[in-house]
Amino acid sequence: MNAGQLPRWVDFGLIPLLNLTAAFLVSGLVVLIIGENPIEVVQVLLWGALGFGEGVGFTLFYATNFIFTGLAVAVAFHAGLFNIGGEGQAYIGGLGVAFACLALDQVVPWWVTMPFAIVGAALAGAAWAFIPAWLQATRGSHIVITTIMFNFIAASLMVYLLVNVIGEAGSMQPETRTFEDGGRLPFLNDFIPFADFGTAPVNLSLVLGLIACFGVWLLIWRTRLGYEIRSFGANPTAAVYAGISPVRTIVVTMLISGGLAGMMAMNEIMGSQHRLLIEFVTGYGFVGIAVALMGRAHPIGIVLAAVLFGMLYQGGAELSFEIPTITRDMIVVIQGLVILFAGALEHMFRPALVQFFTMRRLNAAQTG
Amino acid sequence: MLILRTFASVFIAVAVFSAAPAQAEPAIVYSVGGKFDGSFNESAYQGVQQYTQETGNSVREFELERDAQSRQALRNFASRGYEPVVAIGFNQANAVAAAASEFPETSFVIVDMVVEAPNVASYVFKESEGAYLGGVLAAMASESGTVGFVGGMDIPIIRRFLCGYVQGVKSVGQETEVLFNMAGDTPAAFTDPARGGELARSQAQSGADVIIQAAGGTGIGVLQTAADTGVLGIGTDSNQNGLHPGQVLTSIRKRVDRAVYDSFIAFDQGTFKPGLNVLGVKEGGMDWVLDDNNRDLITSQMQQAANAALSGISTGELVVEDLAADGSCPVS
Amino acid sequence: MNGTPAIELRKINKRFGPVHANRNIDLVVKKGSIHGIIGENGAGKSTLMSILYGFYHADDGDIVINGNKVSIPDSKSAISLGIGMVHQHFMLVDNFSVLENVILGAEGGARLAGGVDKARQELRRLEEEYELRVDPDAIVQDLPVGLQQRVEILKALFRGADILILDEPTGVLTPAEADHLFKILEVLRDEGKTVLLITHKLREIMAITDTVSVMRRGEMVATRETSQTSMSELAELMVGRSVLLRVEKEQAQPSDTVLAIENLTVTDSRGVQVVKDVSFEVRAGEIVGIAGVSGNGQSELLETLAGIRRATSGTLRIGGQVIDLADRIIDPAEMRQLSMGHVPEDRHRMGLVTSFPEYENAILGYHHDPEYSNGVFLDLAAIKKTAQTEIERYDIRPPNPLLKTANFSGGNQQKIVLAREIERDPQVLLVGQPTRGVDIGAIEFIHKRLIEMRDAAKGVLLVSVELDEIRGLSDRILVMFDGRIVGERGPDASEGELGLLMAGVEGEAS
Repeated sequence: MNAGQLPRWVDFGLIPLLNLTAAFLVSGLVVLIIGENPIEVVQVLLWGALGFGEGVGFTLFYATNFIFTGLAVAVAFHAGLFNIGGEGQAYIGGLGVAFACLALDQVVPWWVTMPFAIVGAALAGAAWAFIPAWLQATRGSHIVITTIMFNFIAASLMVYLLVNVIGEAGSMQPETRTFEDGGRLPFLNDFIPFADFGTAPVNLSLVLGLIACFGVWLLIWRTRLGYEIRSFGANPTAAVYAGISPVRTIVVTMLISGGLAGMMAMNEIMGSQHRLLIEFVTGYGFVGIAVALMGRAHPIGIVLAAVLFGMLYQGGAELSFEIPTITRDMIVVIQGLVILFAGALEHMFRPALVQFFTMRRLNAAQTG
Repeated sequence: MLILRTFASVFIAVAVFSAAPAQAEPAIVYSVGGKFDGSFNESAYQGVQQYTQETGNSVREFELERDAQSRQALRNFASRGYEPVVAIGFNQANAVAAAASEFPETSFVIVDMVVEAPNVASYVFKESEGAYLGGVLAAMASESGTVGFVGGMDIPIIRRFLCGYVQGVKSVGQETEVLFNMAGDTPAAFTDPARGGELARSQAQSGADVIIQAAGGTGIGVLQTAADTGVLGIGTDSNQNGLHPGQVLTSIRKRVDRAVYDSFIAFDQGTFKPGLNVLGVKEGGMDWVLDDNNRDLITSQMQQAANAALSGISTGELVVEDLAADGSCPVS
Repeated sequence: MNGTPAIELRKINKRFGPVHANRNIDLVVKKGSIHGIIGENGAGKSTLMSILYGFYHADDGDIVINGNKVSIPDSKSAISLGIGMVHQHFMLVDNFSVLENVILGAEGGARLAGGVDKARQELRRLEEEYELRVDPDAIVQDLPVGLQQRVEILKALFRGADILILDEPTGVLTPAEADHLFKILEVLRDEGKTVLLITHKLREIMAITDTVSVMRRGEMVATRETSQTSMSELAELMVGRSVLLRVEKEQAQPSDTVLAIENLTVTDSRGVQVVKDVSFEVRAGEIVGIAGVSGNGQSELLETLAGIRRATSGTLRIGGQVIDLADRIIDPAEMRQLSMGHVPEDRHRMGLVTSFPEYENAILGYHHDPEYSNGVFLDLAAIKKTAQTEIERYDIRPPNPLLKTANFSGGNQQKIVLAREIERDPQVLLVGQPTRGVDIGAIEFIHKRLIEMRDAAKGVLLVSVELDEIRGLSDRILVMFDGRIVGERGPDASEGELGLLMAGVEGEAS
């Protein structure tokens, strides 16, 4: 009836694999209908994502974004909060990164700028999550509604700032000036000998993302704060009984969640674009929800799911490049199916598996 | 074992795809809006179609899903021998600059932005000149003395269009009032016909009887509502007169199709020239459309005025002011 | 009566994952009888009834109703077979009238008006025939619980039920209301209806049923004519061994006051006063029991004392501190600091995070104790050691602190809570419904622990709706009715006397 009754390898390995297979089978049908060979499509997709250095680089670059947004959603999940504002928090996080880079890039090297940019990203993202968190904690305004509203407010604010305040004067493009070297993270190519990621912008943020994963794991499963977050998420009444303040837990959790989402901007702004521009988040915040769901809100799962979605993004781009009949809309359909099977239909195969493994255990008990 | 075999077959598959075209074939990379955006990219796509129909040559196309793909796509085309490689949209400027320096032997084209490189031809448009023509026609067609403007996303390029439009309106009569609204702050502002309709309706209720759209897909809703409420609409980018015959006053075309078509033809004929091409009214890059669908709406007086403005701009007697450095419009 | 049984179940099996909730159940229920089914919580009674009512589908086995083999895929088909069910938690729309509730789901066509008149006549007939008097136009939420239950019964009869299943019907009733319910059930039987009564209360079985079947661990272990059996035999059948129904204890030796409450008033979120001007004290070395029908303010009283609910006014004296509750908000962490333990009424909702492994629940509320912390981190080794010790000391099974708490039985879960609260050695222990849903074996154990607390000179405040439990454990009994303490009695007060107080019939004057 519940997760405890399945072996861990089934829960964390077999079920995601089955969901993924189902998603690809259905996608395969769609591919067949439009007259292409599904096997070939899968080959191109895999090759595009993993078959050559640059492909791997792009896969990891996208994965870095998903790691941050996925962690952000996951941390909130543990407190029973559904933060779908990762999009806006990451967007505003870009502001924090840009301020640090614009202020420092001409005077100091990148490794001096970096800690300021990280703090800026996290603070900006956290600040953007704070108001919805506060409203939820003290007024009961539902966080799903407020965070999604804050996505729109973030979009408006950023356009206003980039067009009217911090945008490059006289430019038609709503974006800041391009950062100098002091505002650019090194690409992995630059400091890993023998690495060949081609022109892929995968950069130091990937390492930052992996550190964040470890940090989240420590936070959730090893600290008292994490214990409080999980208690509150699993049973708010019991948490109150245990003297855990709901207001504090909601606010602190959302600040951490928003901060993680904001740090996604490190990868895009300081790692790749080297300037703050409109709409740089383009859905990474929302896909983070699917990543967190598929990764079971566990950092290791999130890394795996993030890489999977990175593969879909990069492999998908190559796919629509190599096989023009597979348009980018088809790629979105395939991505959507993965999200559908991994997220929404997560429980589709579970009952059958529970039954199967129970029978097996019973049979073993009888014969053994 | 199985995994190894799968990978082996994957790499065999790759060998097949990497084959270059036998002869130099042009390639185009559309911006994120997609080639059927009803506006800018679609205009480029029309240029592609014109080229393929006339020459029988084929063109490789790619639609970006996100800007990060741009450089990869441009490189992919260049490395496989496609030429010229055309990039649509200002967001691709950095990618074009990078790809152009990496493939100095390949010719690149960028539309709507300037990239300075020895192998890049840049096409930019003087949208404000076209908008000026629209403003002149709108002011003359208006009986209420109020005209409207519905923009897409509130970004400089749209504001520039608005600025030209206001100048055109005021050139007819200082007292004509211009109502203007932007549809939003996200790219969705270019793809939201319902929102466009809403804004058009509110402008019509406030007295506007001619409304221009500069809002991509959102503008389709503007024209629809204008037709429904009995006011006139003005189309942009491509010829939209036929959407609601007799109810679209005119269309202000931005001839992205011409830029695309010209660059393909020029390359084929060996006359491709890198450098900046500014397409205004004079160069035929911006124009207004008079066809069977709107002939009854355009009086001879209006036609004369519009053509006078057109020739004035072409000769340089009439100057449509651009946005000031701080983004504000000198006329309001 | 003719010989065909109303219900016959043959070899019914139902599994939930690894749990075999019903194992080869055979059951024959005679027409026109009151048939009791008794068993501990988790014995499979509710599952069996849910199969009969179409909520669950049996894995295998046959259901025979009035001699015909049937399949019951949903409650609709159960209704059409003449089976009606009165749930433990009423399925009524609170802001509808009685009449509207009764016809809900049986409106009979799109046009309501005609149906309503017919329904009103039918309702009147049923009320008279079975002495089920309720005002058809009263709004359900204004009715006392006992009457709401009658509405449920009417609902079933209105749909033509010949077989009526009642799931723990007396849990929410006063003794007087329960007596009235039993009278109604007798009338129903005499009119030829068949009644299936699910309960875990031996007393009710003895009082009203004709036949009783006992379930234990998913199996039907025995069926007896009620007149041929005894409470102790049934208890033994339920548990599988002989049990002590009375608590053995010495005379209390109360000393200093450890907890005092003066003029406590609590208002709930709807603005209704739920605790009204309550004052009492608990001394070291005594168990003070609060008796009352569920919903008369006991739960709110307990939660307020634990710091979970905010009081409107009143003072609290504990551990040498005097706290004016109107002035200052107390929170559960602070109350623990003041050496108060709290075993909450509802362990699932409040006392445990059931998705956690056992050891994490062993520190719930005490996770800030330096003993379990290592800077900002939890000291997992220390926590697991504590959990292991408690498991051994309280005989918690299975003895595995890593096991998910939800996978422990009700009794063992309660032991986890009890161990956590008692082992911190508090001066005052608040205990709510300590044995609700706990099997008889564990009840014995829990009662013993509470007596030990008392004998170790701690103060225990016990809230329970089980009158037997209150009478068996308490040294003083306070009775709550409608938010007030309406009387205090000694441990030897008779059930009738307490019952009258609980019903609000007799005030303090008597």
